[in-house]
Amino acid sequence: MGLETAKILRSSDLVTRPVDAIINWCREYSLWPYAFGTACCAIEFMAVAASHYDISRFGAEVIRFSPRQADLLIVSGTISEKMAPVLKKIYDQICDPKWVIAHGACACSGGIYNNYCTVQGIDTLIPVDVYIPGCPPTPEALLDGIIQIQKIVEGESIRDPKYRGD
Amino acid sequence: MTDEIARTLQEKFGDAVTPVDGFRGETSFTVDADRIKAVSRFLAERRDNAFDLLEDICGVDYPDREKRFETVYHLYSLRGKKRIRLRVPLNADHPVLPSVAGIWKAADWFEREAFDQYGIRFQGHPNLRRILNHEAFVGHPLRKDYPITRRHKLAAPTNFGWEEPAEARTGDGEFTVLNIGPAHPTMHGTLRILARLQGETILQAIPEIGYLHRGFEKTAEQLTYQQVIPLTDRLNYVSAMMNNVGYAMAVEKLLDLAIPKRGQYIRVIICELSRIIDHLVCIAANLVDLGALTPYWYCFRDREYVYDLLEALCGARLTTSYTRIGSHAHDLPEGWVERCRQVIRERIPRSIDEVEKLITHNRIFVDRTQGVGGISAQEALNFGFTGPCLRACGIPFDLRAAEPYYDYDKFDFDIPVGNNGDTYDRYLVRMEEMRQSLRIVEQALDGLPEGPHKAADRRVVLPEKERVYTRFGALVGHTKLILDGILPPPGQVYTATEAANGVLGFYIVSDGTKHPYRIKVRPPCFAIYQALARLTEGNMLADLIAIVGSLNIIAGELDR
Repeated sequence: MGLETAKILRSSDLVTRPVDAIINWCREYSLWPYAFGTACCAIEFMAVAASHYDISRFGAEVIRFSPRQADLLIVSGTISEKMAPVLKKIYDQICDPKWVIAHGACACSGGIYNNYCTVQGIDTLIPVDVYIPGCPPTPEALLDGIIQIQKIVEGESIRDPKYRGD
Repeated sequence: MTDEIARTLQEKFGDAVTPVDGFRGETSFTVDADRIKAVSRFLAERRDNAFDLLEDICGVDYPDREKRFETVYHLYSLRGKKRIRLRVPLNADHPVLPSVAGIWKAADWFEREAFDQYGIRFQGHPNLRRILNHEAFVGHPLRKDYPITRRHKLAAPTNFGWEEPAEARTGDGEFTVLNIGPAHPTMHGTLRILARLQGETILQAIPEIGYLHRGFEKTAEQLTYQQVIPLTDRLNYVSAMMNNVGYAMAVEKLLDLAIPKRGQYIRVIICELSRIIDHLVCIAANLVDLGALTPYWYCFRDREYVYDLLEALCGARLTTSYTRIGSHAHDLPEGWVERCRQVIRERIPRSIDEVEKLITHNRIFVDRTQGVGGISAQEALNFGFTGPCLRACGIPFDLRAAEPYYDYDKFDFDIPVGNNGDTYDRYLVRMEEMRQSLRIVEQALDGLPEGPHKAADRRVVLPEKERVYTRFGALVGHTKLILDGILPPPGQVYTATEAANGVLGFYIVSDGTKHPYRIKVRPPCFAIYQALARLTEGNMLADLIAIVGSLNIIAGELDR
């Protein structure tokens, strides 16, 4: 019963829509993660990368430790105040397009630690696309988070300001 | 032996050393600050039963006392199988005492941590600067008057650039400074190394830690004893249950509470399963760093089998929080023993064999690890090494044999020992230890007694859920225990277990309230990692990668 907002169709959509579809299909099924793993969640990430949960099914098994070669930053684990500038630097070094997953309660909001040395959520430092709560989240939850990223990528367009170089 | 030590110390040092009451059978002495170095040297260099292992140095803050700070040393004698504690009270306005880093190299980082967290200054320390907190941090966070949520931001990553840290003043000539980490594939999360290189040869490799400092000790002071248990999971997170058991054992010692045999055997089983999964991660990660990917798949597949067992037991794979003080979350579920037998008989031994076939005599692996990162037994002990890294040097020191707890002396198992203390030996020791752990689990499952798994002390252990819902007395008891908490008597204890990395110690100071006054964790890899400069000197850069992987540095335990 809802009113759907009328999608404004432009003639150029005939070109951009298929181009978007192809580009997004390529991007979402070949995400190269940067596993910024600091703590316990990194061990669950390693389990996801292993054969039982197999992140490779989603095209994301190419884990690159160079920020220049990665596009999906998965922050697994607590970020301490000492580590915070390092995370910011790595995020800045990753080239566009890039997406960020906050994996685990500590990355989402500081988790069970609220004290003199822990950052209360990485969104105080960098923009986050998907939050995965849990301590640690089960491997299925991380895979679900990656699927959410894929859905986000599906909804992007070359018309978006961030891709027009604004 | 306690009397003999007390007598010789009093003879030699007179009033400077005073014995403290033997709470829970522990031996401790109060030592004057100006004599601590002489006392330490005397104890370390005794002819009979020298205290050759420095287990821990930490600070404690007693703001109500005239002498506010106390530096606490825990020393262990391998030959005498004896542990003593030395306590050095210090004034608030002048918390200075001599460093013992010249006697035990292990003291280096422990003293830095006491300085970082309390502001206690150690004269003669080669490099007294912050270790866990960053350089823009102001204040000493573990002091009782430091508010727990006062933060200090760090604007930019610590940039060594071309500056040299204090300990890098060796030689001259052309060299390159290379920063490795903390965001690096082989730095296992949060380790950072500053390397001075001459070509590919390492002149000096200095580790920097603290990137995962999460304030375990300060947070624990705000919680009750039972509430600290989930925090202990996150210490050595690859073998979480061993931390649960180590902590529960320490609080049970404080309470002088014994758990029934079934509970003890359950703890043995889960500890040995945790040891296996810890070694699997260490070997898998070490080999991936060297370029061997296949063992990673095999090792992590085995971890899934054990995770299934742990999940059936307590509902969680990794952050298990399974033990309780005097008890456990649940008893073993039906059918668990058979499943466990199947895993340890059929699954894990096959995988260990497969990895062995691929790696142990593999020409590439042997060339890259044999003779790399070796250290002599004496030096390793002086650095505070324990666990597989010490056993790889040739010293068969294992707390399960030296100070058996939970009936370990009734189990038949061997202690694998290496020759050279190099990377290859550390790998071999871990592989063999996994096989021995399987033996222990098999024997524990066979000998698992029936009966209760929890102690019958109503002041400590929650009553059964059915009784809480049906009996008024149990309801009141449950409420009282949750609201008032466990109230141990005032006192101090230190217990140590043989964790996967070595001696994991918990030093707990209780003031009689429901909050622990001080909890200090003695992390095994803290002592090991500080020897990195010594292990890597003269080796190539690629060897550094092999060495770091073989030490099994778990940042959750290292930085707490």
